Amino acid sequence: MAVETRATELHPEAHRPPVIEPGYSFGTVTDKISSIVLTRGAPRGWWLGFVAVFSMTMMLFYSLGYLVVIGTGIWGVNVPVGWGFAIINFVWWIGIGHAGTLISAILLLLRQDWRTSINRFAEAMTLFAVAQAGIFPLVHVGRPWLGYWLFPYPNTMGTWPQFRSPLMWDVFAVSTYATVSALFWFIGLIPDLATLRDRADNRAAKIIYGMLAMGWRGSAQHWHRYETAYLLLAGLATPLVLSVHTVVSFDFAIGIVPGWHSTIFPPYFVAGAIYAGFAMVLLIAIPLRWVYGLEDFITMRHLQNMAKVMMATGLIVFYGYIMEAFFGWYGGNKYEWYMTKNRVVGPYGPTYWALIFCNGLAPQIFWFAWARSSIACLFIVSIIVSIGMWLERFVIVVTSLHRDFVPSSWGMYYPTRWDLMTYFGTIGFFITLIFLFIRLLPMISIFEMRTILPEAEVKEEHA
Amino acid sequence: MSTPRVWGLMAEFDKPADLVRACRAAREAGYRRMDAYTPFPMEAVFDALELHKNAMPIIVLCGGILGGLGGLALQYWVAVVAYPLNIGGKPFFSLPAFIPVTFECTILLAALFCVLGMLALNGLPMPYHPVFNVPSFALATRDKFFLCIESADPRFDLEGTRKFLEQFGPRSVSEVEP
Repeated sequence: MAVETRATELHPEAHRPPVIEPGYSFGTVTDKISSIVLTRGAPRGWWLGFVAVFSMTMMLFYSLGYLVVIGTGIWGVNVPVGWGFAIINFVWWIGIGHAGTLISAILLLLRQDWRTSINRFAEAMTLFAVAQAGIFPLVHVGRPWLGYWLFPYPNTMGTWPQFRSPLMWDVFAVSTYATVSALFWFIGLIPDLATLRDRADNRAAKIIYGMLAMGWRGSAQHWHRYETAYLLLAGLATPLVLSVHTVVSFDFAIGIVPGWHSTIFPPYFVAGAIYAGFAMVLLIAIPLRWVYGLEDFITMRHLQNMAKVMMATGLIVFYGYIMEAFFGWYGGNKYEWYMTKNRVVGPYGPTYWALIFCNGLAPQIFWFAWARSSIACLFIVSIIVSIGMWLERFVIVVTSLHRDFVPSSWGMYYPTRWDLMTYFGTIGFFITLIFLFIRLLPMISIFEMRTILPEAEVKEEHA
Repeated sequence: MSTPRVWGLMAEFDKPADLVRACRAAREAGYRRMDAYTPFPMEAVFDALELHKNAMPIIVLCGGILGGLGGLALQYWVAVVAYPLNIGGKPFFSLPAFIPVTFECTILLAALFCVLGMLALNGLPMPYHPVFNVPSFALATRDKFFLCIESADPRFDLEGTRKFLEQFGPRSVSEVEP
């Protein structure tokens, strides 16, 4: 205790909020988290919110249904801007997913104990964001019912996919990412599903959670293999998450379009993905801890650390913007230099400056400790960053395509209401899935919370 | 073969340290067919039960190698044998362009081997297990710590083993019905 006091005096920063407030035991942690699912029932706010986001989901299905009937002509995409909202939204959603894997895998390997109370819902967020992302390329192919043609399988046409294309790499990267994220999430859930099975009073709940828990009984031999498997999965997910957005950036960087053909894309796409993802984790964590009274588990320490990660990745992204502009000039290629000027002062100039404000300037407020400790400030900056990261993809996709090499083929791109309905529809669908998740599954990993309690430490009397 | 009357003896502990002490002593007393049941993974219990190595890393390595070679072989066969296409004059076997898919296949198979291997080695899903017959065992997923010595152990003796377990201050020692 004396040592701790001294450390606080020497380094004022050492007096940080804890990762879990004191006074909890194995039993109370378990009861508090499992009661959200099992006994407390849905608060009125849950129902109101669910009705709202479910309506948005229906709007998504309506616009997708209309798309299938009429075709991609209902969207604003055309020559020369053939990618439009579909690819912008795809990249935005897949980027958001990255923070979940970063928290669950990379921070696990780095032994950051503050990941424990946020990893479960961040992983769920990953899964749901990847699901939204997957919708866009699928419907963008025009005939989504033939989407399986992307996979290599023996067929009567005698054709096979073309593996030199980055779009094929994308199919493999995204489907692997979705599969591994789902496995990682489910493996992490098994011990908690067993807890719910043993705590549930309702017979139907007991049977369903029991089947999902697969007979988990907490045996030491099982835990031993489980821990090894969990660490190995984290080790596999870490390079995977870096590869996914790298491959997504190859979709652009492998092409010769001005503004896309750039080696800086992979690192700055990955940083941007983590940046956008942490903003989304904060946007989910802040209301959750408030509505369900989880301030003891998701403490200011978590929020502050996430703000710091956001600031660090935001600086990398900002560096990327500066370098992009610099190489546009320094590269000496007239198409690249025209594209750079057009991006900054052309018809889409305002989106570029909005992007610089949202991603470059707004997060600089986190240099100040008071900003990192203010919930309102964290929430507002997270919204600004989410908008900024969407604008980034808009600027990259649209300003490069709309004026490339031959002025006679230039054109403008405007989204239609179907584009907007599909985009906001996926936001609704995403939140709908989050709502169902917090009602049906423990949103905080219970067994990992037990391990960070002081009573979990075993003091050995002999070695 | 006659079915034994009890499957084992189960001691319930409040404190993790008591469980670790009991596990270590049971191991030293020569018991082998036993298992501890805890609400979270405990390094100290693994040590006490001498659980050191497991087969997970080698399974995952095999999955990764299989995935990597399989992914590369698939692309080679498609691009060179089954459906050769001239793309911008590049060779049919364009190794650098085949790396991303090879990498993804490596990760995918390694992860699948990891999860399915862990479940298979642990014998999950398991719809029935005798330990669940102890009513208080439901707390093994909440806040209680259990040690079960199985009757299949050659040193198991209903009275002797019960006495042995009771010296570590358990909350209760119950017989586990098969």
